[in-house]
Amino acid sequence: MRDAREALMSGLTTEGKPVGRPLSPHLQVYRPQITSVLSIMHRFSGIWLGVGVLLLTWWLVALANGAGPFAVAQAFFASIIGKVILFLWTAALMFHFCNGIRHLAWDSGLGFEKSTYHASGWTVLAAAAFLTILVFVIGLAAG
Amino acid sequence: MANMSTVMMRSTLGRVRGLGAARSGLFEWWVQRVTAAALVPLSVWFVVSLLVHLGEKASSVALWAGKPWNGVLLLALLIALFRHLGLGLKVVIEDYIHAEAAKFATLMLMKAVLTLFWIAATVAVLKLAFAG
Repeated sequence: MRDAREALMSGLTTEGKPVGRPLSPHLQVYRPQITSVLSIMHRFSGIWLGVGVLLLTWWLVALANGAGPFAVAQAFFASIIGKVILFLWTAALMFHFCNGIRHLAWDSGLGFEKSTYHASGWTVLAAAAFLTILVFVIGLAAG
Repeated sequence: MANMSTVMMRSTLGRVRGLGAARSGLFEWWVQRVTAAALVPLSVWFVVSLLVHLGEKASSVALWAGKPWNGVLLLALLIALFRHLGLGLKVVIEDYIHAEAAKFATLMLMKAVLTLFWIAATVAVLKLAFAG
């Protein structure tokens, strides 16, 4: 046992065997709600956008390297795998963008009423879906 | 014993082990919000620019990236983006990796990768800016 915090985490079962107490909250007992689901999605989309940032770096370096390397990057993003990645990245960006604005509003103390944060959550989902489709349709049309 | 409240609020063992606030948490929280606010206009500008120049050949995209104001906005985007991403991933790593050695190693690896990619992207933008 390392410290007081760890001491508080150990207990005994009804049979008297030592057991590590589980951490709370126990996520699996909660019914998914728009608030918790969007919070989890914000984190996942952020991590996925991190992968996108690495691809963005590759794209910029390829551009700086000239026509040959840039054509390789262009061909990757034009392929099926590239298009799927771009679509998922667009969706993640649009969601993280809209929900991020929702977070900034909360940080300035706005929108904490239950009806408001439920409505803003659904608005974020609708706006993100619309923007994702809009950007992708324009993108596919432009080649 | 200059500050009695500090002594009262923290356990003796906690103080000896150096647990508790490092007093830099608020700064990172604030930088996360400032970079988020900066990324709102910068990401709109970047996505619209990408859509405008989609499918163009390297030379015309490079011409766009090489214009002074586009270079400035690209560098601003990279600074805000990598700072925001680094702080976000730090929180994720700290939330899920509890063993000190593994947490430290993962944080350092994440920082190293992000720093290298950030420098690479910055060098690329500067090369494009000074090429023409």
